[in-house]
Parts: sequence; structure tokens; C-alpha cells
Amino acid sequence: MKELKLMKGNEAIAEAAIRSGCDAYFGYPITPQSEILEYLATYANKRTGMVVLQAESEIASINMVYGAAGCGKRVMTSSSSPGISLMQEGISYIACAELPCLLVNVMRGGPGLGTIQPSQGDYFQTVKGGGHGDYKLITLAPSTIQEAVDFVKLAFELAFKWRNPVMLLLDGAIGQMMEKVELFPQQERITEYEPWATTGKPKNRERNIITSLHMHPEDMEKTNIHLQNKYRQIEKEEVRYETYMCDDAEYIFTGFGLVARIAKKAAEIARNKGYKVGVFRPITLFPFPYEQINNYAKKIKGILDIEMNVGQMLEDVKLAVNGLVPVEFHGRTGGMIPTPEEIVEKFEEKIIRK
Amino acid sequence: MGNERLYLQEELYTDDHLHHEDDICVRENIVYQKPSVLLDNPFHYCPGCGHSTVHKLIAEVIEEMGIQEQTIGVAPVGCAVFAYNYLDIDWSEAAHGRASAVATGIKRVFPDKFVFSYQGDGDLAAIGTGETIHTCNRGENITIIFINNGIYGMTGGQMAPTTLPGMKSTTSPEGRDVNFVGYPLKISELVAQLPGTYYVTRQAVFSPNHVRKAKKAIRNAFEYQKLNKGTCLVEIVSNCPSNWKMTPTESNMWLQDNMLKFYQLGDIKVPKKEEAK
Repeated sequence: MKELKLMKGNEAIAEAAIRSGCDAYFGYPITPQSEILEYLATYANKRTGMVVLQAESEIASINMVYGAAGCGKRVMTSSSSPGISLMQEGISYIACAELPCLLVNVMRGGPGLGTIQPSQGDYFQTVKGGGHGDYKLITLAPSTIQEAVDFVKLAFELAFKWRNPVMLLLDGAIGQMMEKVELFPQQERITEYEPWATTGKPKNRERNIITSLHMHPEDMEKTNIHLQNKYRQIEKEEVRYETYMCDDAEYIFTGFGLVARIAKKAAEIARNKGYKVGVFRPITLFPFPYEQINNYAKKIKGILDIEMNVGQMLEDVKLAVNGLVPVEFHGRTGGMIPTPEEIVEKFEEKIIRK
Repeated sequence: MGNERLYLQEELYTDDHLHHEDDICVRENIVYQKPSVLLDNPFHYCPGCGHSTVHKLIAEVIEEMGIQEQTIGVAPVGCAVFAYNYLDIDWSEAAHGRASAVATGIKRVFPDKFVFSYQGDGDLAAIGTGETIHTCNRGENITIIFINNGIYGMTGGQMAPTTLPGMKSTTSPEGRDVNFVGYPLKISELVAQLPGTYYVTRQAVFSPNHVRKAKKAIRNAFEYQKLNKGTCLVEIVSNCPSNWKMTPTESNMWLQDNMLKFYQLGDIKVPKKEEAK
């Protein structure tokens, strides 16, 4: 029987974490995502024995994640933009040590202390690095609360499949709004541990060491080559995207997360005005659907990329299009959310009348 | 191993009248040997450095308690960054200053394991002060081994939060000016104030007598983890011959004359007798 509930985004993510058999959550309050910690603190331990610990900072949180993820457990943290900035050093260590874990960023407007309103300003930080060194986070960008729920489970699966941290990247609006969600059944918690985990060294195996330190340049380069090979494989196997009315489209709106929902409405309005517009929504921001966008670019006249920032995913869309058609941009920042009418107006101004 | 000869081979004997069967060099007569938990990798530490001694003591304690299979260590950033090369247990190598947060993560998901962090003074008392205080304040049931030699060793002798007043370093070339950079931080006295700590002690390893006492303290700090009563911190006042620019012997003399005056040895917080049973 379907289990349907009306839930707030942040609470739905927390519920999905419990149902995914998550073993531990470490986090620090920050708007607009504190409900994740609050919900887990209220229900998680009672229901599954999951550890939920409020840390003294985001820096401590991410390092607790490092310790617990190194034990082979299903571990997560969540925060919002400034807090995620504080975690970057730890995320780099986690990526290098190849620890599976779930990171949730409910983005708010920046830079700086910014605003507590929704934003998509952390695309670069998430997809292009954020922390130091050459590493990648598998990045899932839900556009509905249902997707946020399903992606929590998927994120843990991908994290363990690839031994890689996975980022669930959404904006404050998805975190704060309520929608109908179908919940998946409770999953078992981990009882058997990965062979690399620090579980205490039995006599019959070598000691396990979780580290990101490789003092000899040859070893460090070897580690980087290994990581890059893994990322290339992820690019081959894990690209996810959604298309909407793209089959006969002459123009395409690109956008991720919340913006893609607004873009769908905008595309419908544009179609009523006689423009054949479709929407292409990358679901995985890494790996990015370069090839799929490039294939559409061969058949259409132009792209309008829409984001709640000043043009971050835009760079990847342009790389994908590779000059085949014009790529224009419309962005809002500071917690402002574009309307469908506004998008159509910008489309006519920047692409049709140009 | 029975009566196997350990060190003396028969061909080395020149005195044929000796009865080999009565040889005293048999395993049951051993009074001292390298702990099995200590690996054969040669230490990278400078000659005379206290780190090697403390590593050996931890290895002995783990072996004597029989907890090798249940122990997870957390290495710091600093001279002891390679601690995981020396003890035959599972290890997690933490970011600079974050060892106690990493240890918290491990202990919270494996509450029945023995978890310890091994940290220097820059790691624990400067960049990681927040994590140290909050770990102790939460009363995490972990053991913190804190090596205090009053200087940043690995980066080449810069001033640490623990550098003594007037003490020279590469970043306090005229000696630590307390009016400009403040006084050294007595982190053990500080965390002993917190209800979360169960056992806080300051030890040293510059003489055989002090080594024995330090080992006992480390043993206590691991034994107490079984009680789930709070954080145990063992500070070891140690030396840094290379960056103090002294011979090992000189450094141990200087340690006694200077470090111990500021960092007095002894227990700072001990469990009440009825509690520690």
C-alpha cells in the first residue's frame, strides 16, 4: 500500500534518511534547513537507533562524518550555504579518503551571510570543487520533495557503490515548502561492514587506515589518477536528466532544481504564444549531461538558461553546446525567484527578438 | 614458543662447558621486549623525541589489555601524522585539529570500541581548541593523548599556544612576548573544569621513572573507557630537540628546568574512588 504524506521538504529528507537505514547524522543548526536536525533529533533514535548528534560547528560536524563514515556506516550531515563553506576542508578529505556519505545543502542566498531565502548560488562550490584539490562530489539536484525523498535513498546507494561523497543540492524553497510525497518502506541498517572500514583490526587482516595523506609525489599522483578514473566511470554510468516537450522543440530552457519547474510552466506559456519550447533539466550536476545537451543543440535554434544565481551552470551548458547555437541567460539572486511570465519575456527579448 | 632460544645461537658459544639446557635466555625469563602491537617500521621521529616512547607505551597498554581488535586510533596533523605506521590497529587520519571530532564520530557509531586520539599541542590546543573543549564537554568516552612540547615541530619550530613566556621560536625570535601574544594555554587545567572529563593528568617521559608513571596514566585512561564516565585526557610534557636546537640530553634537562615549572606534573582530575570501580 502506498504511504502518502503531506510533508515539508526538510522533514521529508529527514524521514527519508531514517527510512534509508542511516546510522548517524552530525549537524549544526542553520536556516533554512534546521528542521532536518530537529526532525531527526525527535524521531530517529527512537525508531531505528540512529545516532543524531548536534555538533559545536559545521567543521566539527563534517569531521564527525569523516570518522563515522570511515567505520563503514551510513552517515550524513546537512547544512545551508555558509555552513557548507565551513565544511569544504573536510569534504576534500572525505573525497580523497573515498568515504561514502550523504551531504545535504539547502542553499540560501550569498555571498557572505547573505540571506535566508532560497538560492542556487552554490553550484560552482559543489560541482567545480569547493575544497582544495581535484575531487568530485556526485551531485543530485531534486526539483520536487518527492525527488528529494527518493534521492536520499539513491544517494546512499551511489555513495557506497562508488565510495564517494554524494551531495543533495536543493534550494531553501524546496526545503521549506510542503508537498505530497510517497514514502518508501524502512530499510535495514548496516550489519556487515565494508572491508576497508575501521571496525577494529581482527587478527586475520591488515590494519585499515582512513587517510588522505600521500607524502610521496608518486603515491599522490597515483591516488589522483585512481580518483579521476573513478570520476570518468561515474560520468559514463550515472548521468541523469529529465526532458519536457523537447522532442519537437526549436528552443530549450535549461535549469536545475526548483527553477526547472518554473521553466516548465514558462515553456507551456511560450508554446501558447507559438514558440516550440522544451525544458532540459540536469538531475545529476556531476556527472553533467554534456552529451545529451549537445545532441539537442544540433537540432534547435537557441537555449535560455535560467538559474537562481548569476550564471553558474550556464558555463557547463555552454561547454555542452560548444557554440552550436546561442546560449542566453536569465538569473535572479538574493532569494528572488523568477516567474514563468518573466522567463517568457526574457526568452522573447534575448532570443526571439535578438 | 616453549624453550626456544631467542638471542644466543650455539655456534657463538666458546665455552663448551656451559650447559645449554640451563641457559637463562628462554622466553619465560623475558622481562622486557617490544610490544607486538608496535610494528617494525622504523620511527621517523628525531633522535631523543618523546613521541616514540609514548607510541610504545600505548602499544604496551593495548597489548596488555588485550584490546587490539577493539581499538581505533585517530592520528593528528603534526609530527605524529604518521602514527598509523607504528601501531598495528585500525586508524583514521584526521584533519588538523579535528582528531577529537573524528574520534567522536567513531565512538558514537561504535560505542563498545576503544577510541583514542593522539594529538600535539598545535593540533589540540590551537586550531583544534574548539573541538577539544566540546569533545570534553560532551564527555565523549574516548582517550585523548596530548603531546605538549611547546612548539610546532613538523612545520619547523614556530611558536605554539603552549610556548613558554620568553621562549624563542622561529616566529617569536626574541622570545614569547606575553603582552603581545598572550600566555601559554594550560589546556589540561582548562578541560579539567568541565563535568564531561573523568580523568585528566599531566605526565612526562624523560626518565625511566616518569615513563613508568606515564604508562600507568595511559592504562588508566584506556581502562576508564569501559566505565562510560567521560573523556580521559593524558597530557605528556615532551621535548623537541631539533626545534629547541639542543641535544636530546640537553632538551631533557631544559624540559625539567623550564617546561615542568610551568606545566607541573601530576593528576589534575581523578575519579572519586567509589566511581572508578
